[in-house]
Amino acid sequence: MDEAVVWLTIFILSVFVGIEVIAKVSSTLHTPLMSGANAIHGIILLGAILVTGSTDSTVALVVGLVAIVLAAVNMVGGFVVTDRMLQMFVRKKPKAPAADGKAN
Amino acid sequence: MPTWVQLVYLACAVCFILALKGLSGPKTARAGNLLGAGAAVVAVVVPFIYLDLDHVGLIVAAIAVGTVIGVVGAQRVQMTQMPQMVALFNGVGGGAAALVALLELDEMVPHAGSGGDISWFTLAATAFTIFVGSVSFAGSIVTFAKLQELMTSRPVVFPGLPVVFGLAGIAAVVLGVLTVTGPSVFIGIDLAVVGLVVGLLLVLPVGGADVPIVISLLNAFTGLTVAASGYVLSNVVLLVAGTLVGASGTYLTMLMAKAMGRSVSNILFGALKGGSTLG
Repeated sequence: MDEAVVWLTIFILSVFVGIEVIAKVSSTLHTPLMSGANAIHGIILLGAILVTGSTDSTVALVVGLVAIVLAAVNMVGGFVVTDRMLQMFVRKKPKAPAADGKAN
Repeated sequence: MPTWVQLVYLACAVCFILALKGLSGPKTARAGNLLGAGAAVVAVVVPFIYLDLDHVGLIVAAIAVGTVIGVVGAQRVQMTQMPQMVALFNGVGGGAAALVALLELDEMVPHAGSGGDISWFTLAATAFTIFVGSVSFAGSIVTFAKLQELMTSRPVVFPGLPVVFGLAGIAAVVLGVLTVTGPSVFIGIDLAVVGLVVGLLLVLPVGGADVPIVISLLNAFTGLTVAASGYVLSNVVLLVAGTLVGASGTYLTMLMAKAMGRSVSNILFGALKGGSTLG
């Protein structure tokens, strides 16, 4: 099997999985789900590490380190902020926190 | 890449699927988020073990700086300011993806061209990441500014905006084609700048009440850029995680718009058509 076709297969199957797994999300969880998904794409940190760890030019090293800082903010901050949202969600059950911030 | 690394990456990819599944139910949401966080940490640690990375000290220091900023930011933010915090985190993620792609392009340039071993599709994926990552970065900063009331939350429209937007779009396509036919870092940087302009123009006309939906859309954009990086770096975790976020984010954007009784195209382009916009 052609290697490019393997990657295409993984991509297309992932698209269907991505849609299916969140298809039944309740509307109160829209914002935390968005936030959690946002944290997951912070995994670009892994890409930033791979690129930075194999460079030998100073400019590329600096750019790579900036990318690592940004990606780490995305990943770590994303998971922490999602957890805070969900903590609140569990504590105050009757009130829907997902509506916050939309109304102003 | 050793087999055990590939298997760990596969396990991480499965954990991300389960994390999204968990996040879509009220009882499992917190566990889902923690599972995703655990998988992300494992995936990030793995290259330090199996690769002989250079600059390890600096890389660890940069991760530490980003972690501190992320944790402090996430802890300090008030509950009502959560959406703009997500926007900010999404923006820096998009920016990181664009920078990673620029570095990839920098490494590819000597090997590309006639007789080179870089496929046109790899170059196209790199151009895509540079452009869309920049769109996501600039767009997210504007959504943050709108929600944080650093600027007006009303739609900002000026005469000729559709024309400028169209020209920027054409410039992006031309620069994207140039990246494939004759790649250079200079073209890549131009592409990033055009991406920043497009991101700005995309979000300015959106009204304040619609901004969370645009954040969700930009979130999906960033996911797709991460997926493209995964292809370019031949890394399955990035490909699967990015695609999952891209697909579920796009679908979530449609669900959110539906819950507000709007369509996504109306939210993005309503103000340009002179139609009604909330905000």
